[in-house]
Amino acid sequence: MAVVAEFKVKKEAYLAEDGRLLQVLPAEWADLSRLKELYRWMVLTRAFDTKAIELQRTGRLGTYASSLGQEAASVGVGAAMTERDVFLPAFRDHGAQLVRGVGLCELFQYWGGDERGSDFAVPREDFPVSITVGGHAPHASGVALAFKLRQEPRVAVCAFGDGATSKGDVYEAMNVAGVWQLPAVFIVNNNQWAISTARADQTAASTLAQKAFAAGFGGVQVDGNDVVAVALTTGAAVERARSGGGPYLIECLTYRLSDHTTVDDASRYREDEEVSGWWQLDPVARLRAHLVNDGGWGSEEEAALLKSCSAEVEHAAERYLEIEPQRPEAIFDFLYADLPEATLAERAELQAQVGSSDA
Amino acid sequence: MALHRAMRNDPDVIVLGEDVGGGGVFRATEGLLQAYGPQRVLDTPLAETVIAGLSIGLAAQGFKPVAEIQFMGFIYPALDQIANHASRLRTRTRGRLSVPMVLRAPYGGGIRAPEHHSESVEAMLAHIPGLRVVIPSSPRQAYGLLLAAIDDPDPVVFLEPKRLYRSTKEPLDDDGQGLPLDTCRTVRSGDDLTIITWGSMLQEVLAAAETLAGEGVMADVIDVTTLKPFDAETVLKSVARTGRVVIVQEAARTCGFAGEIAACIAEKGLFDLEAPITRVTGFDTVMPLPQLESLYMPDVARVLQASRRVLAL
Repeated sequence: MAVVAEFKVKKEAYLAEDGRLLQVLPAEWADLSRLKELYRWMVLTRAFDTKAIELQRTGRLGTYASSLGQEAASVGVGAAMTERDVFLPAFRDHGAQLVRGVGLCELFQYWGGDERGSDFAVPREDFPVSITVGGHAPHASGVALAFKLRQEPRVAVCAFGDGATSKGDVYEAMNVAGVWQLPAVFIVNNNQWAISTARADQTAASTLAQKAFAAGFGGVQVDGNDVVAVALTTGAAVERARSGGGPYLIECLTYRLSDHTTVDDASRYREDEEVSGWWQLDPVARLRAHLVNDGGWGSEEEAALLKSCSAEVEHAAERYLEIEPQRPEAIFDFLYADLPEATLAERAELQAQVGSSDA
Repeated sequence: MALHRAMRNDPDVIVLGEDVGGGGVFRATEGLLQAYGPQRVLDTPLAETVIAGLSIGLAAQGFKPVAEIQFMGFIYPALDQIANHASRLRTRTRGRLSVPMVLRAPYGGGIRAPEHHSESVEAMLAHIPGLRVVIPSSPRQAYGLLLAAIDDPDPVVFLEPKRLYRSTKEPLDDDGQGLPLDTCRTVRSGDDLTIITWGSMLQEVLAAAETLAGEGVMADVIDVTTLKPFDAETVLKSVARTGRVVIVQEAARTCGFAGEIAACIAEKGLFDLEAPITRVTGFDTVMPLPQLESLYMPDVARVLQASRRVLAL
């Protein structure tokens, strides 16, 4: 039989487990200022995560999905986008959202059960996190189609987990993006677990990156705990899409060090040894090791950074806790642009019940 | 005709769906590709989820997509997009993002179509908060309501009774006039009985009303052009005058929209009633294949039978 098509999946990495460089960084990364900036975002994301769990444990935040261990895969994606691009996040993409400009206080608000947390001051066109797994991938293709039709040099970037790659939504979205060569970049945060379902039980495919080939475009694996690999690979894909090169899929190999959410107990379904093994690959420690070894990052700078990130998070948490709850009528007020009679009647009913008014 | 007008008036209107470029299986999008080009008339892959999902992305970016699901029986894969995303994005983002899209789908039986091509599941959609569900009952209604639906800043599911594509012809001015959404329409006035219906069943109901008129019974006929949000006032006013109600739907009985209207009348108009509210509906069965479908669908005889029962004739 003749070979009619062949596909190869490559894997990109820049930082070894101990922080050593595996390949030369591009010139513009040489002075380490970019790396320090990414490091700051990763530390801030982790500080947010710690505080969010503390608030949840003390009854001041709702069910929360931790991003512990996935900071590089998220921050690297956010850093690869420009302001005018549009990000469509899954529910564990706090790092990318923060880099995009979403406020810490807004994130607390959203996870605290207040819809106003998704009314981002910036970026105004980014989507709210998708709780439905992979349900937002078709929106990314729609946003990318809008860019293409208006001939705007912008890119839609959509992130989802390994579980989402089993869904038809994601394939349908990638398929149409391939047919129309849309400026869309799909990111799989392969954190090895979809709640309690292991990656091996999700698909027999040896990589998730290869799912792009069925949709007619390229896919690559990156070490998702290597923020440089994530940022450079995503950046290249985003710029290629921007210049008309079509969609791309990036599988970030990472690990969910935390439970699925604050109502999950991952110790019921996975081994401690597996988790401790992945702690050895901690993306934050890895970048710190690199900065210490190659950038003269000292303990004073480290302490100052931790202190400043922690203060920023504490300040945001204080502001979050002081926000007045929404008025009862807010249940109705954004259901339609103009509320129909039936909705106004229910709204008045609730107002009467709780003694609220528009006055 | 409404699609041509909407596309001519507004460059943000985009038509997409399976086979729409060729005019669609019911010729509803005929000529659009030739007139407005492949940038605005997009043949999608055969995938209902992404047809709805693409429309959400386009709409959030300021386009006004008019998407087609080829037959209502194929709408189920798109329900997640409609219920979890299209109808909620404005609420979820406190108005920052919105979804001014229209999802068109031919619905209903009576054209001897294959399996899964004849369903009427409007109630499932009307259950979803944040959505508009609009059903025209004639070409004139389809024209005006579709223009209004495209103009609406929120998502609208627009269900076209497919029997009317072929059976009903009426002269139509391309006047660009939209018809009001969120209302019921009184098609025929009378004081003896209120018959409420929508979509393709209006033809059966009007024929029944004509027969009744010959017997001296004058029926108020109400066409529910928007199921959600429901205009209860028009219905309750009519019931207050007639005291007798028949509700006719093509869909299966249990949890159908006729049940919702009946509940509304029971809650707010019970003491105006002089007879039990009566429903004429499809049976609680799987939609039959063409051999038996005419037995499933309410017809003039069943509407007359129910009407006579509430009139105690």
